[in-house]
Amino acid sequence: MDEITSKLLGLVADWNGTDFKGAYNIRKDSGCAGRQNSENITIENKNDNPGIVIKIGAGAQKETVYIPACVTHGGVNDLVYNDFYVEDGADVIIVAGCGVHSDDEEEARHNGIHRFFVGKNAKVLYKEKHIGTGNGKGAKKIDPVTDIVMEEGSYVEMDTTQIGGVTHSNRLTTAKLGAGAKLVIRERLMTDNDETAKSDFVVVMDGEDSGVDLVSRSVAKGNSYQDYHSVIKGNCRCTGHSACDAILAGNGRVNATPELYAGDLDASLIHEAAIGKIAGEQLIKLRTLGLTAEEAEQKIIDGFLK
Amino acid sequence: MLELKDIRWKLPEGEEILKGINLSIPDGKLTVVTGPNGGGKTSLAKIIAGLYEPAEGQIILDGEDITKWDITERAKGGIAYAFQQPVRFKGLTVRDLLEMSAETKLKEEKVCSLLGEVGLCAREYMDREADASLSGGESKRIEIATVLARKGAKMLVFDEPEAGIDLWSFTNLIEAFQRLKNEDERSLLVISHQERIMEIADHIVVISDGKVKMQGSRDEILPQLLSEHGAAHKCPLGKSVKEEF
Repeated sequence: MDEITSKLLGLVADWNGTDFKGAYNIRKDSGCAGRQNSENITIENKNDNPGIVIKIGAGAQKETVYIPACVTHGGVNDLVYNDFYVEDGADVIIVAGCGVHSDDEEEARHNGIHRFFVGKNAKVLYKEKHIGTGNGKGAKKIDPVTDIVMEEGSYVEMDTTQIGGVTHSNRLTTAKLGAGAKLVIRERLMTDNDETAKSDFVVVMDGEDSGVDLVSRSVAKGNSYQDYHSVIKGNCRCTGHSACDAILAGNGRVNATPELYAGDLDASLIHEAAIGKIAGEQLIKLRTLGLTAEEAEQKIIDGFLK
Repeated sequence: MLELKDIRWKLPEGEEILKGINLSIPDGKLTVVTGPNGGGKTSLAKIIAGLYEPAEGQIILDGEDITKWDITERAKGGIAYAFQQPVRFKGLTVRDLLEMSAETKLKEEKVCSLLGEVGLCAREYMDREADASLSGGESKRIEIATVLARKGAKMLVFDEPEAGIDLWSFTNLIEAFQRLKNEDERSLLVISHQERIMEIADHIVVISDGKVKMQGSRDEILPQLLSEHGAAHKCPLGKSVKEEF
């Protein structure tokens, strides 16, 4: 494995230089750089589009599957369709994520379209990290689309992080929840320089007693711009909570548009939002603990995005 | 020893709050600064910690002029300060704050010990975010614990540590102050209206209208305070002379 790929895999999927344990598929520059199935998880090529089909059997209990993708140079516009079928009662950790690297003038882009079909009472922890690296002037773009269909009693936790260096990102996440299904989304986003990041979440609760908890925390530094839009629709007895907190630094800008729709008398929906610079008193407190102003700011940001 | 020489400080609007404070805070002793609200006590504490810059005067720590030192330099130089109104942080845990203060990773037992000193059950709190989900009293106790944890502190400054904490925690706090006083070489400067804190003080300083009105040993000052200002006001935490000035 070359140095850039190895580094990107380390950053987005905790690759330690040897094979992943269990099932995995490594996508590199629009091709497959390695694949392995396990007893309970099989990975096959799609027939209709570039991408793979991941089938997770009920025998998978706390099992991990790795599906990272890397773009290692400019001039690559990667488009991939990955479908995850999670059988009733399965319990799986999916480590996805993408790193895009460019040392040249050309654009490096990854566009991953992930669809999840989560069976009854199945449990999914979906971990996704995105990062851009390299000194090239070419844009580093990541445009993930995540569609989740959750059946009765299922649970999905989506932990998505954009660490930095991605010049443009445009995320769209949609979810449809069946009865008793619970969805937890944690988004952490850092932009700097002239980067832009757009996040759209649309969660529709059609099943009685379903629930969603969506928390986005972001830091906009430099001249970067973030656009956050969430829609939570409750069409039945259900609970929805969304929170959008952003820290501004430098000339960073954030637009947050949370939207709630209650289509049923028993839908209980809440939204919280806070955008602002780091409070002066927070910096002062940490300085009284011996940190410099710069160290204090970094600690606050690191903690906020932890 | 910390010496304050002719400290003056005014609000940006021009009103003079501290009008020439002269004070010596001895090493290894507990000094309580008391006096009426608005008299300049918190301003004085913030000047000592470097949060405010005096318009005039000098601050001398162990013979060194630290008047121009900023907040970080004061902290590194040995001054630890507990805010009257604790600051909340989204994302930073109680343990994070204690470790920053101690400038090292802390073993679980040490975190437990620090939180136990302020009456918190450590295992429930150490990994909690120090954010708005904590009550005012919980935040206050954690604020005090960050000062107890401070590495290399020579002088611990507490601004109304009794405010917002319950009776049981207050008793723990008194015991903690007593222990620090007895076991430590560190100096304690406590802004307080509480008679129970004054009762364990070595020195008491009364500040009113931006000036030192009285100062001396506890045995000199406390009886005067109590006699001059009538019977001490009873409150759930013991006795307060706060409202009698």
